[in-house]
Amino acid sequence: MEEISLKAQELFHIGGFYITNAILLTLVACFVLIVFSVVIRSKVKIIPGKLQGAVEMGLESLLGLMESVLGSYEKSVKYLPLVATIFIFILTSNLLGIFPGVGSLTFYNGSEHVPLFRSPASDLNFTLAFAVISVIVTNIIGMAYVGVFKHLGKYINFKNPIAFFIGILEIISEIAKIISLTFRLFGNVFAGEVLLTIIFFLAPYFIPLPFLFLEIFVGLIQAFIFAMITLVSISLHTAEHEH
Amino acid sequence: MDAESIRTLAVVGAIALGTIFPAISIGWIGSTALKAIGRNPEAASKVQTMAILAIAFAEAIAIYALVVSLIVKFVA
Repeated sequence: MEEISLKAQELFHIGGFYITNAILLTLVACFVLIVFSVVIRSKVKIIPGKLQGAVEMGLESLLGLMESVLGSYEKSVKYLPLVATIFIFILTSNLLGIFPGVGSLTFYNGSEHVPLFRSPASDLNFTLAFAVISVIVTNIIGMAYVGVFKHLGKYINFKNPIAFFIGILEIISEIAKIISLTFRLFGNVFAGEVLLTIIFFLAPYFIPLPFLFLEIFVGLIQAFIFAMITLVSISLHTAEHEH
Repeated sequence: MDAESIRTLAVVGAIALGTIFPAISIGWIGSTALKAIGRNPEAASKVQTMAILAIAFAEAIAIYALVVSLIVKFVA
């Protein structure tokens, strides 16, 4: 029975920095996305072919969803890169994580045999980095939209004691958002990895099919949820007050 | 009762107790979403988006319980 490890296993090290199997698959996902976007960019035509049509359709539906949440077209075009990157990158890494060969090809790293590739979001560092980036950038977006002091005035408010406590609660809520984003994605993907490892160990032929479908579905939903939470938090921070 | 069996009990207890309320709340969200769609089929896509978001939030609580049980089992 394969070892199930909470931490991503180290493969080799460059200087003092360890390259783990999750980092390796993250680099593969980056490579896949960069190659895909360069190929699409070089073949852009006025009358789109099938692939360009599919990409345009996906982007338009994402823009439509953002517009329905944010309320204006200019805002959704402006904040599309952040939300779309979060969605596409997490989706690609989740789908690559159930690819054949991930988790089964092993590598001898000097002391034990570890899997060569591992789903990136099953490493807490990946999800924590995304959560921290999401919360910090949405706050910076809020500051850029309504002004630095007005945005900070939501958190530190000395008008009366109740507003002061509400400000403290807002700070705690942002930190809780980081923690919840991290653990939602990590828990879903890591639990899926553990489930697939056990199922493939118990019944390797045909029985894993519904579990693989579940994993595809969960990967899609979690990427969507992460992007939606970022989007909703952008819309809350850039809300103009009604007079 | 040695430490290993208490650890196993803790792992099982954490996940068993921690998924009761998220399961109830996901069922409740689903049923309210169905009632809303039945009442107003035109708003179906808005209700569906909101329902999926709310279900993911509720499921995250169950995931917290799962993460605690995984930590107890594999780390501590």
